[in-house]
Amino acid sequence: MPDYNAMELMICVAARNLEDGATVVVGTGAPCAAAMLSQKTHSPNLCIMFEAGGVAPQLPTMPISVGDSRTFHKALMASSMPDIMETCQRGMVDYTFLGGAQIDMYGNINSTMIGDDHSKPKVRFPGSGGANDLASLCWRTMMMTVQDAKRFTETPDFITSPGYLKGGDSRYEAGLPLDTGPYRIITNMAVMGFDDDTKWMTVLSVNPGYSRTDVQDNCGFELNWAKKIEETEPPTEEELCILREEVDPHKYIIGR
Amino acid sequence: MAVELHENDEMKNTMDLKSGQNELFTDPDPDHARAFFRKKSRALKSKLSTVQEVVRDMISDGDYIAIGGFGAIRVPSAIVHEIVRQKKKNLGFAGHTSTHDFQVITAGDCIDRCDIAYIVGLEARGLSANARRAVQSGKIQLTEWTNATLSWRLKAAAMGLSFLPARNILGTDTFKYSAAKEIQCPFTGKKFAAYPALYPDFAAIHVHEADIYGNCRVYGATVSDQDLARASKRVVVTAERLIPTEEIRNNPEGTFIPFWCVDAVVEVPYGSYPGNMPYEYFSDEEHIKQWLSVEKDPDELKKFVQEQIYDTKDFYEYLNLNGGIERMTKLRQVEFLINGK
Repeated sequence: MPDYNAMELMICVAARNLEDGATVVVGTGAPCAAAMLSQKTHSPNLCIMFEAGGVAPQLPTMPISVGDSRTFHKALMASSMPDIMETCQRGMVDYTFLGGAQIDMYGNINSTMIGDDHSKPKVRFPGSGGANDLASLCWRTMMMTVQDAKRFTETPDFITSPGYLKGGDSRYEAGLPLDTGPYRIITNMAVMGFDDDTKWMTVLSVNPGYSRTDVQDNCGFELNWAKKIEETEPPTEEELCILREEVDPHKYIIGR
Repeated sequence: MAVELHENDEMKNTMDLKSGQNELFTDPDPDHARAFFRKKSRALKSKLSTVQEVVRDMISDGDYIAIGGFGAIRVPSAIVHEIVRQKKKNLGFAGHTSTHDFQVITAGDCIDRCDIAYIVGLEARGLSANARRAVQSGKIQLTEWTNATLSWRLKAAAMGLSFLPARNILGTDTFKYSAAKEIQCPFTGKKFAAYPALYPDFAAIHVHEADIYGNCRVYGATVSDQDLARASKRVVVTAERLIPTEEIRNNPEGTFIPFWCVDAVVEVPYGSYPGNMPYEYFSDEEHIKQWLSVEKDPDELKKFVQEQIYDTKDFYEYLNLNGGIERMTKLRQVEFLINGK
């Protein structure tokens, strides 16, 4: 079995979830790496989009910013932020990836602040940027994150980007588009989805080297478990080779 | 259809419509905006100016300003620096995809309120320690928005409206700490968020080419600048190069911003430095890293800002301080992927 680190595993699992012909809005870093890997393995026609306006670039290197020259290098279109966001709102964007400091059992994400006073936060993070927009308007949201009991919490300090809000139908009732929401949470320990009815986070597979106890112990709320729990398919030699040699040769992402 | 309408009526009666609780910093009234735009010059006259004049005459303390581009891509750095150099105070700021621009303006302590979507981060480079301190100390009053929301607020203003409806941010704390309102669609009965039009007092936008009247061309991703130029009351464009109006007339479909939006034009080659200018030069990552590193210590930052901005008489001196034309040539090579970088 090939040797790999947690970041490499998460990127490979994420890449497998992006099918050929789909559209995905990505940020810099791991999500961009996952989309590039997906293109170079099974989804040559995955359409990568960036919120500043780049559409379907042939990425020569990993971008530093979601608006830099690389995001529309030999692209099909260099457009605008409203055009990209309106394309999401129209229902033409299948996937997006988000990051955050906290996530709850309904996939609501905090990337804004820690503390209880919004005007004087203990710690301020970047905030929404385009995260809330993409989480609201793309069909399926995914997240890659290291898992621990503080990060996976029942009570995030702030809900920056919507998951299933309070579960059940509450997301649609709040006014967000029908049938949208979190799809996969890919951690160093497991891969989670969400229960069809309750929308509660549900473990689908456990990563090699971890137990069910590890996964639950490193989560601040009670996890739901799928009827059949598989072991997550580890990265293949081919995936790792492409990821290390073509996608991220300088190890900006996978070296972390 | 009749049944659906009946259901919608029922929804209307039971729909509990919420409002964001934070402050709206700008006036969304479209008739107030029209009264301003009625008096704005449409004359086809030369608008050539200087960075110093523009900042002195077009920005007053307390104004609400917006910066075009994308934080460290196609940013009007000369104007941003001059705002700091002239020690403008108590400005409101549209924090729509701001990164290095906000970092500089915060180092000058020029802002006291901010519509915040993204301002303390520099994307893959990390977070600005100083911008973070400023926000955490509470000295900048914040109203939360998102990138799309601010885009659409500018679009509403560009359309001459008071708001636009959209389907994001509902149900989140981002909405709660915004100044948005929930509304019910009169056609479908669905719940939408309503975003108030944003008419900034002043906007600076860096473009590739402009003529002396302010007809502008931009290449690459345009972010929200098409709407920003139209929504703002006073607009300066800084341009990599001035071009003859004849060139504009030979290719009118290339005009991204028309002259009537623009109040001043300044030719500033390498004007997005240390930011990226698509098809011209890449960002100077070493210089931006220097900013991020000195910010960790407030005294170091003070020295750095003194040396880089207050002690340089203008943007050209700043460029020379950081390697001048030799450095710019390198950054052009990085942009064009020469030497595989």
